[in-house]
Amino acid sequence: MNLHEYQAKELLQQFGVAVPRGTKVTSQQEAVEAAKALGGPLWVVKAQVHAGGRGKAGGVKLARSLQDVEEISGRLLGSTLVTKQTGAEGVPVHALLIQDGVDITNELYLSCLVDRSKKRIVFIGSSEGGMDIEEVAAKSPEKILTIAIDPIAGIQPYQCRNLGFQMGLGKDEVNQLVKIMTGIYNTFVQKDCSLVEINPLIIADNGQMMALDAKITLDDNAMYRHKDTAELRDPTQEDEREHIAHEIGLNYVALDGNIGCMVNGAGLAMATMDVCKLHGGEPANFLDVGGGATADRVARAFKLILSSEKVKAILVNIFGGIVRCDLIAEGIIQAVKEVGLTLPVVVRLQGTNVEAGREMLAKSGMNIMTADDLTDAAKMAVAAAAK
Amino acid sequence: MSILIDKNTKVICQGFTGSQGTFHAEQAIAYGTNLVGGISPGKGGSTHLGKPVFNTVYEAVAATGADASMIYVPAAFAGDAILEAADAGIKVIACITEGIPVTDMLKVKATLQTSYPDVYLIGPNCPGVITPGGCKMGIMPGHIHLPGKIGIVSRSGTLTYEAVWQTTQTGLGQSTCIGIGGDPIHGMSFVDVLKLFKDDPQTEGIVMVGEIGGSAEEEGAEYIKANIKKPVVAYIAGVTAPPGKRMGHAGAIIMGGKGTAADKFAALEAAGAKIVRSPADIGAAMKAYFPG
Repeated sequence: MNLHEYQAKELLQQFGVAVPRGTKVTSQQEAVEAAKALGGPLWVVKAQVHAGGRGKAGGVKLARSLQDVEEISGRLLGSTLVTKQTGAEGVPVHALLIQDGVDITNELYLSCLVDRSKKRIVFIGSSEGGMDIEEVAAKSPEKILTIAIDPIAGIQPYQCRNLGFQMGLGKDEVNQLVKIMTGIYNTFVQKDCSLVEINPLIIADNGQMMALDAKITLDDNAMYRHKDTAELRDPTQEDEREHIAHEIGLNYVALDGNIGCMVNGAGLAMATMDVCKLHGGEPANFLDVGGGATADRVARAFKLILSSEKVKAILVNIFGGIVRCDLIAEGIIQAVKEVGLTLPVVVRLQGTNVEAGREMLAKSGMNIMTADDLTDAAKMAVAAAAK
Repeated sequence: MSILIDKNTKVICQGFTGSQGTFHAEQAIAYGTNLVGGISPGKGGSTHLGKPVFNTVYEAVAATGADASMIYVPAAFAGDAILEAADAGIKVIACITEGIPVTDMLKVKATLQTSYPDVYLIGPNCPGVITPGGCKMGIMPGHIHLPGKIGIVSRSGTLTYEAVWQTTQTGLGQSTCIGIGGDPIHGMSFVDVLKLFKDDPQTEGIVMVGEIGGSAEEEGAEYIKANIKKPVVAYIAGVTAPPGKRMGHAGAIIMGGKGTAADKFAALEAAGAKIVRSPADIGAAMKAYFPG
C-alpha cells in the first residue's frame, strides 16, 4: 500500500525527520489560506497522487504569489495527472501539498528498503539527488552507496557517518544525516514499511537537511497491526477493480489485454497469463482466487472479471490442491446464473475432485468449454477472444 | 534416499488444533506421514486426531523425539513459532503460513543464521515439502505424487503441482518436492535446495520453477553452472507481469527493472538448464533426458 507524499512526511516527522513546512489542502480556498499562513514569498504546489514523475507531468509547480497559488490549485484540483508511471488513463488529483519554497544548495538521494539477497534492511545513498536513481545506477554506479542494517542490533550511528562521509558531506551535515537515517529506520521497522525513499534529500541555504520529497510503501502483510496507517489508504488512486478485489480478499492486477484469467495460486496465475501470450493472446488481468477458494469467492472473482469491458473471453485454470474442483465448478455455475454468460468461457480443471467438477460443468447446460491441459485451454481462450 | 525428510522422519504440527492444522495433519497422517503429535499452547495433555497435544515444542521433542515440524499458526504468531521450533532442536521446519510481515522474517532469518545455522527452514508462504510415498509436510495434494527420480524446487504452490503432475504422468516420479515460498525473505533458497539434490543419489533430474522478483533464480543459475551435472529443467513465471506491481506473492515484484522473467530465463539458459516457455512443457522436457 502506497502513501501520499503529505502522509509520508507527517509520518517521518513523528520520527524526527526534518521536512519543509507545508499543508495538505483539498480546495482552492484552503490552498490560498495555507499559502498565507506559510508566508511566502515562494511556494511549491504539489499534486498528491500515487505516482512518480509528477514534476515532468506538470504536477509540481512553483508559485511566486498568492494569485499563482490560487490559479495553479484551481488547475490541478480535479484534474487527471498522466505521468510515465500511471499509464494513459492517469490518476485523479484530489489533494495538494502547499509547501514552503526552499532555497537549495545540495540535492542528495536516500532510500531504505529490504535487500532480498542480503536479507537485511539496507540504505541506499547517493550524492546525485533529484534524479532518477536507476539512471544514476546505470551511468555512474560508483555513486550508489549501500549499507546493510543488522535487524537484531538495529541502525548504528557509525553506519550513517560512514555513508555520509562517503557521500561527500561535512561534519555538521553528517550529524543531521545520522538523525534523519535513524528516524527513517525507526519509521521503517515500527510502521512496517517496504520502501522509504527521499528524493531529493536537500540541504537548504541555511544549512538544514530536509526531506523535500518522500515516498513510503507499507507492507500489506503487516497492516493488521497498524490501524493508524491502514486508514491512510486512498482508493481513488487505485484501479477500481483492484480496490474491489482488495476489499474481498482477492489478488488482482489489471492488465491491458482481453482474456480474463481466474487461477488459484500466484505462480500458476502468472504462468496462465504467460501461456496466453505465448499462444498469441493478451491477458486482461492477474487474478489469484487463493488457496481457500470457496464457491462464493469464485463467483465474486468471476463477476469482477466480467465487470471489465475489455474482456472478450475468460480462462479459468484451477489446479485443485486444497481447493476442490467441484467447489470451483459450483462457483462458476453460481456466478454465471447471477450475472448471465455473455462471453466464451474456457475452464481447465485438474487435481482434487476433478471428475466431479467436470461433470458438474458438463451437466450445467451452460456453454462452457473445457480443456484437460493448459496449452489447449489457452489456445481455446485465445481463439475465442479473437472472434 | 530423498532429501530432508523420509518415512522415518518424526513430524509434529504447530497450530495442531486449528482448522488448517487439523485438516492438513489429517491429510498427512492419511498419506502415511509419521506424525507423532502437535502443539497447541494451553491444550497440552489432550489428544487430537489420535495424537498427543503438547503445550510447547520442547515438551513435544522430549516426549516424541520429533525432528521436523510443520507450522500452520496465523501470520502474527508464525515468526515466534519458527524460532520456538528451532530452539527446541527441530531440524526441518516447514512454515506454510502466508502473510508474515517482512520485518518479522528479517529477525527470524538473522536469528536462524547466527544461532541455529543447521536448521532447514522451508517457507514461509509455501506448500511445504513432500517425499512421495514417505512423508508429507504441507498442503500439497498427496495423490498427484509418485515416488521417483526428479527433485522439484519451486517458489509457487500450484505451479509445483503442475510440475509434479507432469513428472507423474510421464512416469518419472519425484524424489522430494520443495516449495520454498513466495515471500521476499524466506528460509531455504534455490541454492540451498540444489546443493541437497546434487548429492542425493535418488535425484537424477531437477525441475526448478521460479518467478519474477529478487535474484534467487540467478543465484541458482550460478550454482547450477558451477556444480550440477544432472539435467535441470527450468521455468520462470511472470513474463507478462508489469513492473512495480506485486503479483499475488509478496516477493513477486519487478523493482527498478530488476527481477524480470527475461533475465532469469537468460541466466538459467546460460547455466546449461533446459528452459521451457510454458509450464505445460516441463514433463516432456524432463522425459527427453530419460528415454524409455
